[in-house]
Amino acid sequence: MVKEEQELANRPDNTAFTQQRLPAWQPMLSAGIVIPGFVLIGLAFIGIGVALFVTSRSIQVLEFDYTGVEQNSPCFNCTGQKVSTCVCNLDFSVDSPITGTVFFYYGLSNFFQNFRKYSVSKDDSQLYGDTDYFKSPSVTCSPYDYDSNKQPIVPCGSIANSMFNDTFKLFNINGTKADLVPFDGKGIAWWTDYNIKYKNPSIELLKNAFNNTVKPIFWFKPAYELDTSDPDNNGFINQDFLVWMRRAALPNFRKLYRRINKGLPRGNYSLEIAYNYPVLSFNGRKKVVFSNVSWMGGRNEFLGLAYLVIGSMCVFMSIVMLIVYAKFKFPEED
Amino acid sequence: MLRRRLNRLLGGDERRVDSRTIYVGHRSSSPSEAFIPPKFCDNRIVSSKYTVWNFLPKNLFEQFRRIANFYFLIIFLVQVIVDTPTSPVTSGLPLFFVITVTAIKQGYEDWLRHKADYEVNKYPVTVLEEGRKIRKESEKIKVGDVVEVEEDETFPCDLILLQSTRDDDTCFVTTASLDGESNHKTHYTVPDTEKDLDSLNATIECEQPQPDLYKFVGRMHIYKNEQEPAVRSLGPENLLLKGATLKNTQKIYGVAVYTGMETKMALNYQGKSQKRSAVEKSINAFLLVYLCILVSKALVCTTLKYVWQSKPGQDEPWYNEKTQREKDTNLYLKMFTDFLSFMVLFNFIIPVSMYVTVEMQKFLGSFFITWDKDFFDPEIKEGALVNTSDLNEELGQVEYVFTDKTGTLTQNNMEFIECCIDGFQYKYRDANSELDGLCVTDGPVNKVQQKAGREREELFLRALCLCHTVQVKEPTEQNQRDGLDQVDSFGVDSEVPHSPQEQTGFIASSPDEVALVKGAMRYGFTFLGLESKTMKILTRSNDVEMYELLHVLNFDPVRRRMSVIVRSKSGDTLLFCKGADSSIFPRVRQEEVERIRMNVERNATEGYRTLCVAYKYLSAEEYAQADAGLREARLSLQDREEKLITVYNQVETGMSLIGATAVEDRLQEEAAETMEALQGAGIKVWVLTGDKMETAKSTCYACRLFQRNTELLELTVRTLEDGGRRREERMHELLLEYHKKAVQDAPPVKGGVTRTWSSATQDYGFIIDGATLSMVLNPSSESNSSRYKNLFLQICQNCTSVLCCRMAPLQKAQIVKMVKNSKGSPITLSIGDGANDVSMILEAHVGIGIKGKEGRQAVRNSDYALPKLKHLKKLLLAHGHLYYVRIAHLVQYFFYKNLCFILPQFLYQFFCGYSQQPLYDAAYLTMYNICFTSMPILAYSLLEQHICMEVLLDNSTLYRDIAKNAMLRWGPFLYWTLLGVFHGLLFFFGVRYLFSNPALQDNGQVFGNWSYGTIVFTVLVFTVTLKLALDTRHWTWINHFVIWGSLAFYMFFSFFWGGIIWPFLRQQRLYFVFANMLSSVSAWLVIILLILLSLLPEILLVVFRKPRGPHARQKKPVQSSVGGNQSPRSSARPLLMRTFSDESNTII
Repeated sequence: MVKEEQELANRPDNTAFTQQRLPAWQPMLSAGIVIPGFVLIGLAFIGIGVALFVTSRSIQVLEFDYTGVEQNSPCFNCTGQKVSTCVCNLDFSVDSPITGTVFFYYGLSNFFQNFRKYSVSKDDSQLYGDTDYFKSPSVTCSPYDYDSNKQPIVPCGSIANSMFNDTFKLFNINGTKADLVPFDGKGIAWWTDYNIKYKNPSIELLKNAFNNTVKPIFWFKPAYELDTSDPDNNGFINQDFLVWMRRAALPNFRKLYRRINKGLPRGNYSLEIAYNYPVLSFNGRKKVVFSNVSWMGGRNEFLGLAYLVIGSMCVFMSIVMLIVYAKFKFPEED
Repeated sequence: MLRRRLNRLLGGDERRVDSRTIYVGHRSSSPSEAFIPPKFCDNRIVSSKYTVWNFLPKNLFEQFRRIANFYFLIIFLVQVIVDTPTSPVTSGLPLFFVITVTAIKQGYEDWLRHKADYEVNKYPVTVLEEGRKIRKESEKIKVGDVVEVEEDETFPCDLILLQSTRDDDTCFVTTASLDGESNHKTHYTVPDTEKDLDSLNATIECEQPQPDLYKFVGRMHIYKNEQEPAVRSLGPENLLLKGATLKNTQKIYGVAVYTGMETKMALNYQGKSQKRSAVEKSINAFLLVYLCILVSKALVCTTLKYVWQSKPGQDEPWYNEKTQREKDTNLYLKMFTDFLSFMVLFNFIIPVSMYVTVEMQKFLGSFFITWDKDFFDPEIKEGALVNTSDLNEELGQVEYVFTDKTGTLTQNNMEFIECCIDGFQYKYRDANSELDGLCVTDGPVNKVQQKAGREREELFLRALCLCHTVQVKEPTEQNQRDGLDQVDSFGVDSEVPHSPQEQTGFIASSPDEVALVKGAMRYGFTFLGLESKTMKILTRSNDVEMYELLHVLNFDPVRRRMSVIVRSKSGDTLLFCKGADSSIFPRVRQEEVERIRMNVERNATEGYRTLCVAYKYLSAEEYAQADAGLREARLSLQDREEKLITVYNQVETGMSLIGATAVEDRLQEEAAETMEALQGAGIKVWVLTGDKMETAKSTCYACRLFQRNTELLELTVRTLEDGGRRREERMHELLLEYHKKAVQDAPPVKGGVTRTWSSATQDYGFIIDGATLSMVLNPSSESNSSRYKNLFLQICQNCTSVLCCRMAPLQKAQIVKMVKNSKGSPITLSIGDGANDVSMILEAHVGIGIKGKEGRQAVRNSDYALPKLKHLKKLLLAHGHLYYVRIAHLVQYFFYKNLCFILPQFLYQFFCGYSQQPLYDAAYLTMYNICFTSMPILAYSLLEQHICMEVLLDNSTLYRDIAKNAMLRWGPFLYWTLLGVFHGLLFFFGVRYLFSNPALQDNGQVFGNWSYGTIVFTVLVFTVTLKLALDTRHWTWINHFVIWGSLAFYMFFSFFWGGIIWPFLRQQRLYFVFANMLSSVSAWLVIILLILLSLLPEILLVVFRKPRGPHARQKKPVQSSVGGNQSPRSSARPLLMRTFSDESNTII
């Protein structure tokens, strides 16, 4: 009896796990699965690719560079002088009407919003409306944390400081009459940024929160005067400010400026640009883009093409495999 | 004060000299001298490494001595000191995790040791102090204390046995906890010590503590009232070791000689040298490559950064002005910090978690060996034992197997087969009735042709009965006293076919001796036991003869013989000697040799173990001389062994030969099948044995290591003596001849091709013996040394099997070492069961101990221990193969997944002005290796069976597919690296082109840089996990759970991490980034596209490799039906193949 027990104690457990005999599924990628699989994937990809490609093609885009490097550029005059407010007009005509909501982007190139030092140069607590941080901004904001008089800068940091400050007005030219095209500036930033991540200090009068602080050096107006007309678009929850604060991934980027809800009918237009933002010092370019969007977002042919290419590659490979197997495999199986 | 210091000084001196002096009971040798007790360590056992106070610093120090941990510490420190892109948390947290887990594990182990130490140290013992018995805690025992130990207690320290309650001044001991030998060993009191221990005045002089359990030299001076002190020699038979248990003896008294950490047990606890596996070496090589990649990436980025910044407007655009401090910093210092920052940014390419995963895999994986019920042996009721888990994968890489013969290839279950007395052959037939009849009759046993004279017969049988160290096993303690009566009654009642003695059995260090004693019993001479130096034997005529045992000249493998000197009742002093023929023949009269030699050689070729028996009468003077010599040698403290051997050799001369015995040692179960499977797997099997050539050769034939058409190349003393010239010249000549035959004339060897193709060529087997081997290794002129060695090695490498016979234990290790260090440094495995195999087990890459009959020393020193030889097949072909594939895949996969993790981050530098901007969020950087991708590969590396076990066992040739580290060579490494690069490029640029228009949502909003990183990261996590899923051939529910589980966890974590404003974070970078990404159709499409595109080539590769795959798979059933595990060689001989395939079919 004792012996038996001892034997049982020493004998390894006879379970599927300890004996490495767990029931297992042993998938084999056989030609019978792979070839139809490839065909299916290929066809699906080609389908998606065609849809993407057609959609992308149907999106209309108007793009104008207004940096003013070339002599004939309308904004050439603004580049040379050091005038703080320079206005130039960009005239263009729309031959085929852009339907639906038209999105108006501004674009910058060779502008590195993803510099490491630049990208951390902000104080999220400040921007969350915590006035404690108004007096002592985070060190990451340096050198834009205090001005030369040791006054704290609010909002601090390079990102806020370098906020894009060109402004645009679009006129529809009908003969001599110029009608202002109405812009819609709501909902151009992420919903969560506007509602949760950024907050104004909860003080009756926004201006009072900014006592003993100075505006960012580069700014014309303090933060509480960004949009005096609409208190829900002022201070840190100003939509333009939020759009700017979501930093672009690549040095050539575009950011949403306004929406034109009625679309752009055929006709002549004039874009009045308040040219403030210097880019020539770092070889940058500025542009404006009018575009409508589809379910896939803005126009991007890469995705459609990639799907088409890969879809057809799959189909091609399945044909090759079929030939290979017809030659070598099938006779063997008989 | 001064005195104490002086004492300490003396104590220190004492330790340096060769011996220590112990005052028994702390009484000084002469009353006149002031007694200064020498200082020895106390009896506290400290096996723990740490105390509460030093745990943290000491443990941290030990952990950071590992290169990898140190590297991560440096990275962490750089992150803390220098302003780097990622927060110190990203590398600090994983490091902290690893360090903490290891520290907790080691702390727990140490706590267990503390507990065990405490139990041992506080165990109450009884010490005799000035006539009184005092209870003390074990740790308070001092050297010189007289300790009382009762039955079934373990000895608290190493004791010299002074007194036993048994009449014959012996005590019995088991050393099961020391070396696993559970038999009772007899230990003797120091002869002629006083019965009254209180008045005993003696000193013991003995050697300094040394770890060998079986060696002890010392002497005892006993002072008796101003007389000349009496001197007694002390040997291992007087020493009771700490850890051993007292058995069958009521009480003993002993004096402590070694205490605490100086006991032999404690000295033996010191760890063995660590063996490192070849995989670990590969990992280190790959690590070096990745370190180079890391450094070069950082260098490239630093260089480009400064080139790029030299263009106007790029260094400090107006929107990103530098702080004053940055402007003031020295340019070169800036460059250096930039370099460090890049290093930190890319450091994840060498993951801290790989070490953890590899170690977990090894640790957990080794359980499958202990759990395997196929390794369970019902006879010994034990399964396999894993002593180290570092070498699991090495089992799949073995190229050379060195096996011991006795106990490994053979069962070590000896059976007396026949004997030869004066040249007449006596064969024992296994038929009980016949035996009984013959036993009772006075005639010779089974007369074959003629019989020798009766006197010679009886002399021979007496010799067998007397010349051994066998003990009669005492059945139970109560029966001890009436043991004699029992035997007596048996003596009278001779009809009983099997005496209780035979059933209860004999105990001996070697099974040969038992076989011989039992053999003699069958012929009517029964050994009744040894009692107070008197051996009793029962003769055929039922007389009990008494012999006084004067001396035992112990067996040792160098002399290869043992002798006893006994005095018969009639007063004759006789020496009986038995031993190997080679060691006996030169010591007997030559005219007697020839008659016996023929028989011995015939027996040897039949595969029996032979021993020759000789005797001589010693005259009174001769005995006196021998006795004096032996006593003197036994008392000497230095070179005792050598001196003893010299005396032995002097005594054992001029004997006359009586006869020889043949003992059969049966082959282990499935020994032949196992050897065949090993050879089929491309493993070369070498047999290293101390046995004689003929016996070993026949075993080799029986195991099918040599086959009928194998051409044997023999390089032994016999072949060397043919020419009559100098041996070495002849040896050189033979070596050249064999070399020409086996190496030069053989078709050119090329890697794996010949392995399978060698079927057409002639097989060679090589035989060498110990004497010749030492000539090869140590030739007379130094210049030839390497030449002989090379020739020898080259021949051996071209032979299918090599037999080395007449090997001393050290020579076995020498051979293993030679092969291990030869070209290509092949992986060697040694398997053995005895103490003589320990050296080769320790020397080989993998040492395997068989839980055999020759004690547990081999098992203790091995890396793995198996109950039987036949288990080796599964251990290597199934477990080894799978472990290797698993760990190789684990390593390659780990490097791959970190390369394609970091490559996008590297590429991103080209798009962010080389500013060290990380692409992924810190949480992702930290969690990638810890949580998102670690579990699937761990599950894979524990459970994968790319080919199921049965197929692996049936097709030993599959083992060749992974030979020579096939999956961790530079080829596969390059493939994985390129795959990683391809994936990394794809992930980055795929998303890059998508972001050429960052408006990816239908509301026209744009995505920022964290969205970019998150898309890349999502593609990455899915791709590497699915890549592993593609490689998994064995999907258990665990694999499913872990693979789909970690993907689900990634999704869940991302939602969670981005769904809350975390108060402890300074920047809420990822807030709603993941959710926003999922709301974009384009992001979905690009993720699906990139995952599929990354995996397509992989699928294609699998499919196009296929035509070979199904081939092999289709052939498998055919092959296994033809012959389970035939080697390719046998296909050349259809007839032979057919015969043994039939055999193996019946067996399987």
